[in-house]
Amino acid sequence: MIPAGSLLAAHDLRKAYGPTPALDGASFSVHPGEVVAVMGPSGSGKSTLLHCLAGIITPDSGSITYAGRELSTMSDAERSALRRSEFGFVFQFGQLVPELTCVENVALPMRLNGTRRKAAERIALEWMERLEVDDIGAKRPGEVSGGQGQRVAVARALAASPKVIFADEPTGALDSLNGERVMQLLTDAARSSNVAVVLVTHEARVAAYSDRDVTVRDGRARDLEHAV
Amino acid sequence: MSIGHTLLGLLESGPRHGYDLKRTFDEKFGHDRPLHYGQVYSTMSRLLKNGLVEVDGVETDGGPERKRYAITDAGITDVATWLTQPEKPEPYLQSTLYTKVVLAMLTGRSAADVLDAQRSEHLRMMRILTDRKRRGDLADQLICDHALFHLEADLRWLELTAARLGQLAKVVAP
Ligand SMILES: Nc1ncnc2c1ncn2[C@@H]1O[C@H](COP(=O)(O)OP(=O)(O)OP(=O)(O)O)[C@@H](O)[C@H]1O
Ligand SMILES: [Mg+2]
Repeated sequence: MIPAGSLLAAHDLRKAYGPTPALDGASFSVHPGEVVAVMGPSGSGKSTLLHCLAGIITPDSGSITYAGRELSTMSDAERSALRRSEFGFVFQFGQLVPELTCVENVALPMRLNGTRRKAAERIALEWMERLEVDDIGAKRPGEVSGGQGQRVAVARALAASPKVIFADEPTGALDSLNGERVMQLLTDAARSSNVAVVLVTHEARVAAYSDRDVTVRDGRARDLEHAV
Repeated sequence: MSIGHTLLGLLESGPRHGYDLKRTFDEKFGHDRPLHYGQVYSTMSRLLKNGLVEVDGVETDGGPERKRYAITDAGITDVATWLTQPEKPEPYLQSTLYTKVVLAMLTGRSAADVLDAQRSEHLRMMRILTDRKRRGDLADQLICDHALFHLEADLRWLELTAARLGQLAKVVAP
């Protein structure tokens, strides 16, 4: 049931919150370096799907494999190690650590993976330069604009050289120009580094930066390419 | 787009030959479809007849004769009027799609499929434009963005209509 060559694949996921089914038989897959947009109405289960794929929440049933390994057979510690070393995250509101400077924020995932401070901050600055925010490295998140903060978040997601980036409405809080810029920088960087992106969005102009789109309706993901 | 007004506008900076007009038009506005010579000459003779341009000189130098056109005062006024007049928003696509959706319902086909097919066609077009924008210069970006915002508006309509199919079915095919 796993599409050949996929890096991350989910099959027949179900997840309910009390009586409400949030996912009701959703399937999904993404190849290395592929940008897939997850679209669908509000409340259809997009974020729930993303959180399951990223191992943040556990589905009630169904299978998720990452690089051939079944997530449900891993221990919690193994799953969080996987998240730290292989996954990057960008959410609607940057979720940067307010007490750290921007460069420290970008360096943080590498620090957690054991990279020394100097090296981590040097790599962090290189990514910030690519995302055109190297000039605000010394500022704290509270002192930068929404668009700048979002680029810092993208730099942070990319800097630890993940294999997959999960982005949930990464441009939701930005105006058109900044949203476009963030999408362009994110997808350019992801493509040139062969990083897969799972991009949740309800905006078609944002989804247009993807290679392919999947629509979630009533907890069921409809993957036109891999439709059975 | 109005080719006549565009060619007139190009003449405002000074007289030009038909060939020169075509080349400049193609370079600046003809990204998708360059003009045919026939279009240029028929447009120029219409403008000539309406007194919006005049012949500024004829060269023969051995080959076929080449007219040089200049814009008249009336032509300049015409360009100015065209530029200040907003374009009529064209709801043509929606009405075609609405017809398809209703027809699908009336004939017992899936209206949702009609909308889904259109939705992916729109997104496909938007991907192409986004890709072109990514690799193009500022002019490409602005032109693509205009098309992208329009396609996005259509897509919103498609989504809203998809969400209202149940309601619509009660009215259309009770
Ligand atoms: N923590 C939770 N507790 C209870 N119900 C939840 C929880 N998270 C999500 N739900 C419910 O699950 C369903 C899917 O929610 P989800 O957040 O995945 O939707 P979404 O597609 O991301 O929506 P949006 O576009 O509004 O972000 C909804 O009905 C929602 O109310
Ligand atoms: Mg959500």
